[in-house]
Amino acid sequence: MPGIVLDGQKIEAAAGKTVIEAAYENGFQITHFCWHPELSVSGNCRMCLVEIGMPKRMPDGSIQNDNEGNPVISYFPKLQIACATTIAEGMHINTKKENVVKAQDAVMEFLLINHPLDCPICDEAGQCKLQEYGYKHSAGESRFEEEKVHAPKRQSWGPTVVFDAERCIKCSRCIRFAQEVAKQDVLTFVNRSDHVTIELFDEKQFDNDYSMNVIDICPVGALTSKDFRFKARVWDMSFNDSICPGCARGCNIKLGVRNNEILRIEPRTNPYVNKYWMCDYGRLTQYKFVNENRVTEPMIRWKNELIPCSWDEAYAKAEESLKKLKPEEIMFIGSGRTANEGNYLLGKFAREIFKSGNIGLFRDIDESFKDDLLKVSDKKPNHLGAVEVGIVPGKDGVTVQNLPEKMRYKNIKALYIITDQIVDYRPIIDELDDLELIIVHAYNHTPLTKKADIVFAASTYAEIEGTYVNIDKRVQHLSPALVTSENMRFMGMKMSRLDKFGAPNDRWTQHKLRNTLPHWKILTKLAEQFNVKWNYKSAKDVFKEITEKIPSFAGMSYEKLIEYQGLTLGKAGQPDPKVINYESHVMKPN
Amino acid sequence: MNITKNTEAERMNFWEKIYIPEIARGLGLTLNQVFKPKFTRQYPEEVWEPEGSYRGRPVLVKEETGERCVACGLCSRVCPALAIEVQASETEKDKERYPVKFEINMLRCIFCGFCEEVCPEEAIVMSKDYHLVFQSQEEAILSKDKLEVPIAKLQDRLEFLRQYR
Repeated sequence: MPGIVLDGQKIEAAAGKTVIEAAYENGFQITHFCWHPELSVSGNCRMCLVEIGMPKRMPDGSIQNDNEGNPVISYFPKLQIACATTIAEGMHINTKKENVVKAQDAVMEFLLINHPLDCPICDEAGQCKLQEYGYKHSAGESRFEEEKVHAPKRQSWGPTVVFDAERCIKCSRCIRFAQEVAKQDVLTFVNRSDHVTIELFDEKQFDNDYSMNVIDICPVGALTSKDFRFKARVWDMSFNDSICPGCARGCNIKLGVRNNEILRIEPRTNPYVNKYWMCDYGRLTQYKFVNENRVTEPMIRWKNELIPCSWDEAYAKAEESLKKLKPEEIMFIGSGRTANEGNYLLGKFAREIFKSGNIGLFRDIDESFKDDLLKVSDKKPNHLGAVEVGIVPGKDGVTVQNLPEKMRYKNIKALYIITDQIVDYRPIIDELDDLELIIVHAYNHTPLTKKADIVFAASTYAEIEGTYVNIDKRVQHLSPALVTSENMRFMGMKMSRLDKFGAPNDRWTQHKLRNTLPHWKILTKLAEQFNVKWNYKSAKDVFKEITEKIPSFAGMSYEKLIEYQGLTLGKAGQPDPKVINYESHVMKPN
Repeated sequence: MNITKNTEAERMNFWEKIYIPEIARGLGLTLNQVFKPKFTRQYPEEVWEPEGSYRGRPVLVKEETGERCVACGLCSRVCPALAIEVQASETEKDKERYPVKFEINMLRCIFCGFCEEVCPEEAIVMSKDYHLVFQSQEEAILSKDKLEVPIAKLQDRLEFLRQYR
């Protein structure tokens, strides 16, 4: 590995790496706009200019030293771009010398000449790379007295992305993303000098499944999301780490929340799962069911109508109705959309209290959803995890395959379901009316909750702490982003600024506090109703028991899962090596 | 036990002690004022017009073409009392963004003028309006229609601000 000297510090990086890569792998920052670790090097923004030199050599090849024994460095006469210069043994790089900073300041001045001053309107403001470097590298005043070049704003590039040609600094990240990652080569530069702009090829749309990633990688606000446009300022939102529940890939995401509503979903860098990307499907669909049409409190059926009730009433009613039936007449259905903690306790509930093996799990496979980059055909984020923690039929238990038949012949008279998506229950949907009892842990009001006798209001993935196991058997940690009446105290400082400081007479905090509980808590309380005492105070306690009882989880803990960004089942001892995650530009913590 | 010496009563002379001449002097002073010009203002019949530098109720500037505000949210961010709530939305106009909702909670407002200072569009300014009376908490939350004031009425303040720009 060649050793280089960066700002007087000796660092090492693999041969063939560029200066900027070597720097960020070792925790150094070199200012840049167009470089991105996953994209090819384009070298057009000139922001990463640094001074580069090699030690001077004597005619015999040995390194020439000065009087103090330090090597004499002969620098290139002009500054070089760090993103396109490959490192070599003994290379000296200066990023903070006066001439380097002056050159970077000059580049910033050029970039700002035609950049409009519409930060108040721009969605990127607050997490903008140009703003960030504007503070570091610009004089604060413009020497440019002439009229700025104007270009069309609000150009629609497709169903998801809006392009503002004035704000564009021509870094070409979006063009390279379209070519190299999304494989939809429809963008190109046109014109020259200060009239350069990016255009779509004739009659083409930028409408691939990953199109919205260009919004994240765009260093300025030239590309904005049609879905999010002007919904909120970044500094008014809180961003909490989560896992996308859209498919079994388990992309790492951040949930942007304000007023207890998810406003947008962004990818979070995880080099071993989704790198820097996520699909538009996940981004656009996985927050609506959390915000809208929620079951906000437990309900029980009374004279053919579901009426809201207290949790205690719901537990008592559930106990009473379940006790009327024989254990073998009850079918327990786990869920691939629920975290491991809830599934584990459902299995335990069925086995310990009912001594029943009637535990099933439906799948949702959609081959048309699959692609080469991230999307996989298994649309449930935690199917593997559910199976792993014990959502499998017992020895002579009913399976989901023979469930419709058993229901028809009245061998199964009751269902206990811990998720509510009716789409998951296509095989049994016709038989549901004949059942004596349906208990559902529900997120939303669905046709299934309409048929249910007892509905427990459950917390979605955005409101719980828990773990998912993705398609590569990677266990990943979810943290809550929304407040419910149950996790209010835990959320505390994780809430967005406005939510944190709101008083009851403020209209901006009038979001409804949902009275939902995580699955594991509902099951623990229900077990208590059956006089079985489980001592779980938090999801962490449940996960601790999982790690003790199930060998493939051995050695894991929430802290480790967060630290290593997920651990593979059965390999808790050999985590993937930690690397410094490149973040192009993010909202700075306030 | 110490007995206090040199008390007020001990220091007074005879005339001060009998008190009546002092009353007469006081009444004389009052009588004197009766014949001097009056300073009292008959508020609320007679309303005081403050200078441009006065920081009254914050208002939104409304031009002929519409509001100036682009809903950037800086006033809401800088407000130390969290009195302002802004919700932006998109328009077809030249300035793409406008506040679909702009509310100031006058029970929270402390009239510091930070919102005016931070505003990049000179869209929110402190007016001369100082008689603020509300009969309920809801009424004290001023919505956009109550906050918008035509620019002609705010000339004093805008000129004052220009001096210090």
